[in-house]
Amino acid sequence: MSQATTTVTRPESQFWRSFAANRGAVLGLAIMLVLVALAVFASVVAPHAPTEQFRTNFLTPPAWESGGTVRFLLGTDDVGRDILSRLIYGARLSLLIGAAVVGISLGIGTVLGLTAAFAGGLVDVAIVRLMDVVLVFPSLLLAIVIVAILGPGLFNAMLAVAVVMLPSFTRLTRASAMSELARDYVTATRAAGASTLHLMFDTVLPNCLAPLIVQATLGFASAILDAAALGFLGLGAQPPTPEWGTMLAGAMQFYQRAWWVLTFPGLAILVTVLAFNLFGDGLRDALDPKLRR
Amino acid sequence: MLRFLLRRVAMIVPTFVAVTFLSFLLIHLVPGDPIEARSGQRGITPERLAELRHEYGLDRPLWRQFVQYEQQVASGDLGTSLVTHQSVWREFLQLFPATVELSICAILFAVVLGLPLGVIAAVRRGTVFDYGLIGVSVIGASMPIFWWGLMAILIFSVTLGWTPVSGRIGDLYYVEPVTGFMLIDCWYSDDPGACTSAARHLVLPAIVLGTIPLAVVARMTRSAMLEVLNEDYIRTARAKGLSEPRVVIVHALRNALIPVVTVIGLMVGTLLSGAILTETIFAWPGVGHWMVESVLRRDYPSVQGGLLLIAAFVMLVNLGVDLTYSFLNPRLRH
Repeated sequence: MSQATTTVTRPESQFWRSFAANRGAVLGLAIMLVLVALAVFASVVAPHAPTEQFRTNFLTPPAWESGGTVRFLLGTDDVGRDILSRLIYGARLSLLIGAAVVGISLGIGTVLGLTAAFAGGLVDVAIVRLMDVVLVFPSLLLAIVIVAILGPGLFNAMLAVAVVMLPSFTRLTRASAMSELARDYVTATRAAGASTLHLMFDTVLPNCLAPLIVQATLGFASAILDAAALGFLGLGAQPPTPEWGTMLAGAMQFYQRAWWVLTFPGLAILVTVLAFNLFGDGLRDALDPKLRR
Repeated sequence: MLRFLLRRVAMIVPTFVAVTFLSFLLIHLVPGDPIEARSGQRGITPERLAELRHEYGLDRPLWRQFVQYEQQVASGDLGTSLVTHQSVWREFLQLFPATVELSICAILFAVVLGLPLGVIAAVRRGTVFDYGLIGVSVIGASMPIFWWGLMAILIFSVTLGWTPVSGRIGDLYYVEPVTGFMLIDCWYSDDPGACTSAARHLVLPAIVLGTIPLAVVARMTRSAMLEVLNEDYIRTARAKGLSEPRVVIVHALRNALIPVVTVIGLMVGTLLSGAILTETIFAWPGVGHWMVESVLRRDYPSVQGGLLLIAAFVMLVNLGVDLTYSFLNPRLRH
């Protein structure tokens, strides 16, 4: 432990120092901020509207290739839409997908996990068992089947991915809540007459947040990846929505003679997923006192 | 040991019943009636519909239908595909070896490359090689493999012409399916051309499917090795004057392998998810491709049966991993 003399290191600054030492995590954060800025200001930054078709420019190559033009920096697709603009609007969509999926999954998972930990007994067994059953299915397969029931579309795809991610949040919340429940401060609050709901959400939950935040960040990455995979299989966002996976599905017929319709949407997915993974790994290392040096 | 084994096997039964319940519910959550779906575009008279519903037991209470479904599953009847009118069991068994073959080759690729890379990175901790490997493995783990597969086709098949674009074997060859594993069947057919063709078709999909496992194996090997290399017995081995390769490979790697093997075993779900995408891209005739097709064709009995069989397979593999692991590490049995 550091000696507390005149200046006391606050936990925030200690956290930031150990986070900033991780160059990958800082890079991830920087990319995330750029993506958020692009998403927020998409209508200002994007040179064209995402679904605007330029009928004189089908499959125009990127600006630096012969035949390319500065008007369409990353080229156009088979119906003459500007790829750069679609990617920028796609960032908005991907971040919304990530936020919505993680929001739904984290919300329900937290409630289920806390309920399992507090109720114990049969309720606990039932919830744990149910999550085990969900985990038996390969995640993408389960998501595909759920979409098959609900019907293809972006909203249903997000719901499916949220269901698939539910076990990780539920188990994590349950495990951390169980270890908190054994502590004295919980017993003290209970003895002071706090209601169960107050204990769950005001006393225990705030102390379980660190692992949940890390899992949410990493979940953001896999939500974007899974939603893009569903879009690619034709089960997620439907054309002409500028979703990156759906764009790749549309590129299937042309990619052998127009590499740019394939390369850029995939790179966008990769860079975004990578940014969230790097950031999540950095958060985990910075929040985990055992790893902190 | 026997008690542990029995308990672990017994635990699988309620999970399996729950899995069948979920896949049973699936058919009943689908909007519309399975009979109406089966009668197709032409439609059906209400009298005939009622008759068929009665015949298939769809007018009975849900719990009785579930009991009936359980009996069917227990007797090995998973229904008939709406599209091919073949038994779902038979369709699955025909396609499953292709998926297994692809997955095994992907895992082999990941292990053969990932283990040495992880070991080297751990031994040369903090060097450019180590940082490079960490960076590449983070990228690999974030890879959208449906895009990666298409890029690989674009580069290696279309531009360089090294490998075929899709399928399991060239059109020129016919190989009698004996085991269902193309490489083995080719071997027994004594046709070197067929063998080469099958191998060339397999390389690219296996590498694509093996990319995420490779990233995981390399990273896991590195961290397991780092942990082991700090142990006292490694210092002892070095102090005894053993050569460095012997210390690293015989003393350290053997112990570092346990977590790595577990991770590989537990990757079967990830692998099957990846197989769905890889098979779709490479037109690989396996169960992943078949499941996607069945979903798109609204062939619900196939979706239901396939889901059940894949889940059962995952459960069996997980059970196998658990048992092996507890065999290697007796402390876990309690």
